[in-house]
Amino acid sequence: MEVSLTVNGQAVTSEVEARTLLVHLLRENLGLTGTHVGCETGYCGACTVHVDGTPVKSCTMLAAQVEGAEVTTVEGLANGELHPVQEGFWERHGLQCGYCTPGMIMTAAGMLADNDNPSEDEIRHGIEGNLCRCTGYHNIVRAIEYAAAKMRGDEPAAPDWEVV
Amino acid sequence: MATTTSALGGAIRRREDPALIQGHGRYVDDIKLPGETAAAFVRSPFARAKVLSIDASEALAMDGVVAVYTAADVDSLGPLIAQLSFAPRPLLNGGEVKHVGEAVAMVVAENRYLAQDAADLVFVDYDPLEAVIDLKDAHSDRVIIHEGSESNTIISWAAPFGAEPEDQQAVRDQIEADKSRDDTVVVSQEMINQRLIPTAIEPRRVLAEWNPGYRSLNVWSSSQIPHALAGGIAVSLGLPTTSVRVIAPEVGGGFGAKLNVYNDEILVSWAAQQLARPVRWVETRREAANSTIQGRGWVGTATIVGTTDGEILGYDFDGIADMGAYTQNFTVAIPFLGLFVGSGQYKMPTYWKIDCVATNTTTTDAYRGAGRPEAVYYLERIIDMYAREIGMDPADVRNKNFIPNEAFPGAVSPIGFAMDTGDYSTNLNELLEVADYAGMKAERDAARAAGRHVGIGLSSYVEVCGFAPSGLADLGFNWATYGLPTAFNGSGLVRVNPDASATVIIGTGPSGQAHQTTWAQIVSDRLGIEVDNIVVKHGDTGDSPMGIGTFGSRSAAVDGAAAYQAADRVREKAAKLAAHLLEAAEEDVVFADGGAHVAGSPDSSVGWGDIASIAYQVHKAPEGTEPGLESEVFFTPSNATWPFGSHLAMVEVDADTGNVEILRYVSMDDCGNVINPMIVDGQVHGGIAQGIGQALFEEAIYDADGNLLSGSMVDYPIPTAGDLPAFELHRTVTPTDVNPMGVKGIGEAGTIGSAQTIVNAVVDAVAPLGVTHIDMPLRPRRVWEAIQEAR
Ligand code: FES
Ligand code: FES
Repeated sequence: MEVSLTVNGQAVTSEVEARTLLVHLLRENLGLTGTHVGCETGYCGACTVHVDGTPVKSCTMLAAQVEGAEVTTVEGLANGELHPVQEGFWERHGLQCGYCTPGMIMTAAGMLADNDNPSEDEIRHGIEGNLCRCTGYHNIVRAIEYAAAKMRGDEPAAPDWEVV
Repeated sequence: MATTTSALGGAIRRREDPALIQGHGRYVDDIKLPGETAAAFVRSPFARAKVLSIDASEALAMDGVVAVYTAADVDSLGPLIAQLSFAPRPLLNGGEVKHVGEAVAMVVAENRYLAQDAADLVFVDYDPLEAVIDLKDAHSDRVIIHEGSESNTIISWAAPFGAEPEDQQAVRDQIEADKSRDDTVVVSQEMINQRLIPTAIEPRRVLAEWNPGYRSLNVWSSSQIPHALAGGIAVSLGLPTTSVRVIAPEVGGGFGAKLNVYNDEILVSWAAQQLARPVRWVETRREAANSTIQGRGWVGTATIVGTTDGEILGYDFDGIADMGAYTQNFTVAIPFLGLFVGSGQYKMPTYWKIDCVATNTTTTDAYRGAGRPEAVYYLERIIDMYAREIGMDPADVRNKNFIPNEAFPGAVSPIGFAMDTGDYSTNLNELLEVADYAGMKAERDAARAAGRHVGIGLSSYVEVCGFAPSGLADLGFNWATYGLPTAFNGSGLVRVNPDASATVIIGTGPSGQAHQTTWAQIVSDRLGIEVDNIVVKHGDTGDSPMGIGTFGSRSAAVDGAAAYQAADRVREKAAKLAAHLLEAAEEDVVFADGGAHVAGSPDSSVGWGDIASIAYQVHKAPEGTEPGLESEVFFTPSNATWPFGSHLAMVEVDADTGNVEILRYVSMDDCGNVINPMIVDGQVHGGIAQGIGQALFEEAIYDADGNLLSGSMVDYPIPTAGDLPAFELHRTVTPTDVNPMGVKGIGEAGTIGSAQTIVNAVVDAVAPLGVTHIDMPLRPRRVWEAIQEAR
């Protein structure tokens, strides 16, 4: 079957099987390998993308379900610029191996679009559906706080370490 | 000759991040080759069974199925043999399978979906046999798992290490005798250090491509040990090592799970050669629980005999460790790594013994900390129980029994190992100070008075890493089994290019530890070339010096030291060339600001471009200069390193539900000198999170038939952001003297310090209710039950 949708602002049409998952459409058919697969069971969040502006785990959707939708992946989040969340992850060491990172960034960007002044608790609960095995989340939280400050036009808090 | 710029110690942003945050990182599954096929495995549903027959005819008849392979097809490759071998692992088992999930057949098809469909159509007839799952049951030798062996105990490790058995027994006898003194107390507890599933967020992936013209193999694998893997594939396939190139591109977390040469890596490589088509295997999450190693899995009894005023007279540990069905890379070496730190950073006489026992479960091997978290857990739990028994503050008990500073240099642990440097009391006392321990205790006591169940937990630790001095090759720390009789050296090549940039090629690669950033800092520090002008290459056996791998917190301390020395050698040559250009004496040349000048006259300087230019055009250089400006160094340290630290936590237990909340977590780690504090902090954060995961949530649970009940991420809950607090990190700095940078290693410290810190805190919270010990993981139900029992 054929599915037509908009991905990162571009209209695409692709041939898929009825059972093809959205994540495979993105990765295999469209070559957008920034979206990662960690579990294929909706648990780890590594595959998170935006569908019509809302973060979804793309391993839990069939390609056929996104007919006509607008999908944004990490590659298209800021189109070559850095989204404040991406900048925050870089500035505040929000990633180590980077495998959870695209999904984590998409979830955080979705969260901050709704609320650009979340408490630490709100951030922690907001990213509970995204697992990271490397960072202990400490610096992910700091990265998202950095991004939120930037989005509000505030000065981000200083990092935990001395900057040189 | 001196450098005046230093990038060492700076929290510079990671150079790997721009690609990773924009989705341009390249992990194995992001690399596509023309004509690819996909592999899937048929795995045993039984923990122990004879394979009677395999019928693949329906699978083979499917459209798009390329091949189905069984044991007979791969017999000629021989089994996989580990360094300290016990039972060779068949690549595909056609005889007696020994754990659920063991592979009996491999299907190759045109794509992943078809390969999985076909694997479901391979019918295997099994004759189930009695499996031994319970560790103590296996230890009893009621049923022998491996035909031909006399015992399920593969090997026993005992300490004082290197002592004769009778001398070891003498230590034990003295401990026994001290028990009957009237000024002593004895505290003893059997404890479980449960099995864990490493759970890197990227499961394992392998892609192999055979070039029939060159008769060479390219293999991409999510591996921590590309060189060993290349050797292992070459040995199995009968190829020269030079014909196998392994590339570990971005690796999505390892934690020890990718520190193995796995059957599937060999099989995929072999199939690519057979078919002359690329073959890819992508491990599913559920499959990973059985096809990748697990960690921990100890049960043991820790005993302290000590005086009523806090002097520990002896420590006795007697344990058994679950090896699972086979021995892989380091399986039986993991408890041995625990033995290294069996007596911790304390001075009491110690007897320490562990039996390494086979069971019909997935094989265990290195998981972050690898033996050390287990050993430290027993010791630091029992010290806490002892402190409680004699009514002394646990910090005071620790301070009283530490190996004193005067013992360094030259300190030897009671268990028999020479330690590099240590300053244990300063570290602990600084933690107590910075965390306001006195204030925390007052807060806890006030909370208790108000009817809340608040507790404080403390643990100190020493670990051992930076493997390894060459001599340890004789104890199995070598890759001979993969055709590479090399000790665990460090290696690095540093090259200044004609355009004044530098290229650094290292033998180890990261799985999140930021080698590209750290190594650029090391080389920048030595040469004064800007970090942005240094490229660091890793993970490709095709162009890197023989490297051992990233594990055991060894990369910076061993491979980093190699790059440091290589850069120094480049600088020595550059100083000669600069002296020539500056018409000065070599000793007067100073490197700074991307070039060199004569000491005292920074205005007349030459850039690295000028130096490189004559290095590559030696007719302009002093007579006899060899062209080029590079050096490759292999480094062997004089000892392992012994990082240490102390961790402190405050928790609150809801006595009605058993739920544990972490109120504060404060650490004081000492990894010697620090190259990049931001990256070091990150390592500690992640390490603590994994220790807390073990303390509170994680457990690989098998049923009596050997089925893994916790094989999915739902049943095996690793910590989420909501489960964890913000961490308060601090450091003391006690440099090591076994490498030129004074760095000790930090990858595992957080994990080694944390699990018992949390358990000590939880037990402290519920001790007023009568609880003395709870086995991990301290999930609400288990805590609640312990409270009910105590009441
Ligand atoms: S891969 Fe989609 S949630 Fe894990
Ligand atoms: S950075 Fe490795 S899993 Fe999050």
